[in-house]
Amino acid sequence: MSAAQLATAAGPKARVAGGYTALLIVSLLAPLVFPAYVTQFAFLWVLVVIALCWNVMGGEMGYNSFGNIVFFGVGMYATSVVQVGLYGDVGAYTAAKGGLALDLTVTQYFVGLGVGMFAGALLAVALAGILGLGMLGLRGHYFAIGTLGLGIAAAELAAGWDWIGAGSGMVPPNYPDAAGIDRTTVFYYLAFILAVATFFTLKRLRRGRFGLAINAIRDDEDKAEAMGLHTTRYKTVAWCVSAFFTAFAGGIVGNIVGFIDPRTVAFAGVTYGVWMVLMTVLGGKGTLWGPVVGAAVFHVTQELFWTYLLGWQRVALGLLIVLIVVFFPKGIVGYIRDKWPEKFGYTVDESATGAAADPAQQGGTR
Amino acid sequence: MSPLLEVNNVSKAFGGVQANHDISLQVADGEIAGIIGPNGSGKTTLFNSIVGAHPIDRGSIKFRDEELSRLRVPHIARRGLLRTFQQTRIYKQMTCVENMLISRPHANETLGSMLADFDEADYREAGELLELVGLYAKRNLQAGELSFGQQKLLEFAMALMNNPKMLLLDEPTAGINPTLINGLLERLVYANRELGITLLVIEHNMRVIMSLAQRIYCLAHGQLLAEGAPETVRNDPRVIDAYLGGQ
Ligand SMILES: Nc1ncnc2c1ncn2[C@@H]1O[C@H](COP(=O)(O)OP(=O)(O)O)[C@@H](O)[C@H]1O
Ligand SMILES: [Mg+2]
Repeated sequence: MSAAQLATAAGPKARVAGGYTALLIVSLLAPLVFPAYVTQFAFLWVLVVIALCWNVMGGEMGYNSFGNIVFFGVGMYATSVVQVGLYGDVGAYTAAKGGLALDLTVTQYFVGLGVGMFAGALLAVALAGILGLGMLGLRGHYFAIGTLGLGIAAAELAAGWDWIGAGSGMVPPNYPDAAGIDRTTVFYYLAFILAVATFFTLKRLRRGRFGLAINAIRDDEDKAEAMGLHTTRYKTVAWCVSAFFTAFAGGIVGNIVGFIDPRTVAFAGVTYGVWMVLMTVLGGKGTLWGPVVGAAVFHVTQELFWTYLLGWQRVALGLLIVLIVVFFPKGIVGYIRDKWPEKFGYTVDESATGAAADPAQQGGTR
Repeated sequence: MSPLLEVNNVSKAFGGVQANHDISLQVADGEIAGIIGPNGSGKTTLFNSIVGAHPIDRGSIKFRDEELSRLRVPHIARRGLLRTFQQTRIYKQMTCVENMLISRPHANETLGSMLADFDEADYREAGELLELVGLYAKRNLQAGELSFGQQKLLEFAMALMNNPKMLLLDEPTAGINPTLINGLLERLVYANRELGITLLVIEHNMRVIMSLAQRIYCLAHGQLLAEGAPETVRNDPRVIDAYLGGQ
């Protein structure tokens, strides 16, 4: 019995590789073929990332977190603060309310951006660790309710903190004209790289001890404890992983939007905060591809609604959500998985020997 | 030599219900001991007390000479004292293999080991134990799809995967098709003899416990009624009374 034999059948390797290659080519070429939509595409990857991250908590672990928006906002602010702080005085910069432009060289700009995003991600991880140790002792619903206030509290704190611009927000440094490549294209590729890194990191983590531990916590946390799992540790690490990539997404969005408002851009609970949940539920909680599919379907529908149903787009979106929850409670990928379980590797191994002597062979259900 | 598990004068009440009253028992290393008693006599409560699922009111519980009564469930489990549940508990949305893999021992967990992949040895052991309980062919099915009896077998295999020193089994044959019971018994004996796991088994089925256990404790109304060799306990008039009275 080797690992390969035991592991869930992955399907023909060549076809999988082909699929990934096709996706890669489409994604790399998209900005060149549809230059008018580059910003939209960049947002798609950002949405994929925050949905994937939310799925770690709400889907894979069964802990509905309404606090992930905090990491998004923290990543956004921290990135810009570092971008400015490396080359100027943050307090003076924000006090000028955009009147004090930093003229950064190309190198300065990208160093600041890179350092800023990593600093933001580490800050978010630290915050998730601290909040997690305090809140992840709570079970399921209590945790969800406890996280409800986090985004609002963070928004109010940011809106009252003069150093980062308080209620008037903060403007990330200007993109250097000398860069020779269009700003939106740069952020498209950054968002794409982030999405790929997030996807494959989570794909790897979910089949290892981490992934199975958080699934076990979702299925029966009492059992997991009775089996000796360090449940609080796993839960906290899960939130940290989720926070890490969410913060990068925030750093990118702050720079794409070009203006960080504490309530409507950074700690935007009613938009990004709700969307990350919706996209995951739409695509299928607890599946690998669900958040990706959910983000794509959500983003496209939302754009179509904006274009064709102007004025009614929020009503249409609300109706869509109701329809999905009623008719596809397990989401798109969850529905497909229930319909064709064998495609997902849920199969009986007819070739296994010794079946006749097995006590379990009698009275099976399928 | 001191016993592996030593329960001394343990009491536990839920509101007005005295579920365990002044219970003492010892299980020696390598032994198979049994607990019998009518429904509601406090058997499951005693297991819960031992594994730290709730604080006890009085008494002491020692495992390998270490006091357990202030430790919490996962800490006790990681010391090699594991229990299975009367209402079988497995991870329903995970496959059988996944249920097995995540049941590997969790002592000495570091951030590195938490984020690590399973290795070849983990897969091999999972496969072998699934083979032992006859679930190998179904290893890639979601555990929730299994029949009740199969779920019990899976839970038992998961416990073995955890490599415990001692296993507390709460009615392992309840709800299992009678034709499967002998197979399960063989596996319990195998775990004891070949894997060196000490067993303490709550059992309703008299035939089963008589053939399995070397010593038996009988509880009634939260109190220890009798203890001794299976034959002695079965013929004890107080035990016969408790069972007949309980019917
Ligand atoms: N968590 C609990 N809360 C209140 N009463 C309980 C609880 N657990 C058990 N009891 C009561 O304790 C008594 C013993 O129950 P239990 O230990 O489950 O018996 P057994 O396993 O021998 O059938 C019963 O009267 C039961 O109702
Ligand atoms: Mg019981």
